[in-house]
Amino acid sequence: MTTGAIVLSLRGATKRFGGLVAVNDMDFDVTEHEVLGLIGPNGSGKSTTLNLISGALKPTEGTISLRGTPISHLSAADIARRGIARTFQLVRLLPSMTVLENVRAGAVFGHRRRWGAEADAHALRMLALVGLDRRANAHVGELTYIDTKRVELARVLASEPKVLLLDEWLAGLNPTELEEGIALIKRLRDEGRTIILVEHVMDAIRSLCDRCVVMSTGTKIAEGTPEEVLSDPEVIRAYLGDDDA
Amino acid sequence: MTKRDWQSITLSAVLLAVAACLPLTGDAYMLSIGITIAMYAVLATSWALFSGPTHYISLATAAFFGLGTYTTAIGIENGLNYWVTLPIAAVLGAVLAVLVGLATLRLSGVYFVIFTLGLAELVRQVVTWGQNLSGQKGLYVLTDITEVHIYWQLLVLAAIVYLTGWAIGRSRLGFALRIIGDDEEVARHSGINTSRAKILLFMVSGATAAVVGSILAPRYIYIEPALAFTPMLSFLVVIMALLGGTGRLWGPLVGVIPFTLLWEAISSSFPNQTTLLLGLSFLVIVYLLPRGFVGLIESGKRKLREREAFA
Repeated sequence: MTTGAIVLSLRGATKRFGGLVAVNDMDFDVTEHEVLGLIGPNGSGKSTTLNLISGALKPTEGTISLRGTPISHLSAADIARRGIARTFQLVRLLPSMTVLENVRAGAVFGHRRRWGAEADAHALRMLALVGLDRRANAHVGELTYIDTKRVELARVLASEPKVLLLDEWLAGLNPTELEEGIALIKRLRDEGRTIILVEHVMDAIRSLCDRCVVMSTGTKIAEGTPEEVLSDPEVIRAYLGDDDA
Repeated sequence: MTKRDWQSITLSAVLLAVAACLPLTGDAYMLSIGITIAMYAVLATSWALFSGPTHYISLATAAFFGLGTYTTAIGIENGLNYWVTLPIAAVLGAVLAVLVGLATLRLSGVYFVIFTLGLAELVRQVVTWGQNLSGQKGLYVLTDITEVHIYWQLLVLAAIVYLTGWAIGRSRLGFALRIIGDDEEVARHSGINTSRAKILLFMVSGATAAVVGSILAPRYIYIEPALAFTPMLSFLVVIMALLGGTGRLWGPLVGVIPFTLLWEAISSSFPNQTTLLLGLSFLVIVYLLPRGFVGLIESGKRKLREREAFA
């Protein structure tokens, strides 16, 4: 396990929708330069947890802090400005704009704010980082699926976040694209970024994550290195059911 | 600023100067139409500043316009100088916009449309009630301001609105509004305070409509709530702006000029069929010109370019 300063911590984070408890008393920390995988079967509350962190939803109880400062009462915009940026499970681009303008949105309004030529130059650097600088002036409607994902990632990176939240960023890619995708995130990891990854792709989890938090029906059931948690009987039971455990 | 910016500014200044010469023709009818066009140009352009990028269709223009006319009427009645009432109207318009914005901008789509329509009606009813308490049905606005003055004031206001729109389009605020119009969720998660951005623009729009009301008040000489707050005004502004197209700053103007001329022709020859025209225009815009004349011009340009590319 990496031992760095704690960047993000959840304490008793809970989200109820009426009688349904989507996220129940979640506790975990993310340290600097760490890639944390948030995994679990469908409907286990991973995306909701991510929504709580990004401010898309407010926790019913508990606190979420960024470098020791509570952020759970803030709006999504304020949280983004403090340095937590996310991608969406279903890619969300700005359809009326070019690739460069999409990425500029992150550069102009995010954690570190830029404007004018500086914002454009920065957005172009981010596009180069995800391998899309040659398509800067293309319209987003012309892109392939993985390229739309790249644009979204570049937009998020352009805000220079302290914590990067990737919600199933690798989902829906074909095997070749998946390889490229994993290589791309590996590069971000090698740059020392702090990332929380909600993911189903086991190869990606094994090769990318320093640590995993496993959720089942809204609760944390295991935490540790990918090897540890993936061999944990309770995790196997959560994924495959009682008979196979 | 680029060379193109200078070109557009020069062109706009020349057009404005030409428009300012209209009273020199000495034709009272022309001047009257000129005032109507200038008035709707300002209203539709400032409406589009907010509604264009955000796609929030506001039907509250009449509320702001009426607020302006009443501010000037009441101000003059109480001994204020006419020129003092204009900035007061602007401030009141902006304040009303903040109140409306705080209450409604969380709504989206059709809910926002209905709410603004209802709000304009509410303001009208409140003013009617207040007016009845005073024992009179309306107010006299007696000034020595002539039609020519009104026309020139509107042109100055138009110039201010265009400059403001141009500045906003190049600012962070303008970019933020385009992002909000595309995807509000992305806007929020990119760090944009969406409510603040929307309310700021709504204030610009509301203050402008209020000042237009103020400027027009002396033209009416006698105002009543039913005249100053007529919901027809809100509809006309929306139709003209959409007919022109809200994608460009000059778009609404392209809709205002033909529509006003047509409206004049129809209301003088078929005064009972004006509503019919309104309905037909809605259909035409929705079915044939969803992006207005601007959209038509731009897709025409694109086709031309593509043809050249293949040739």
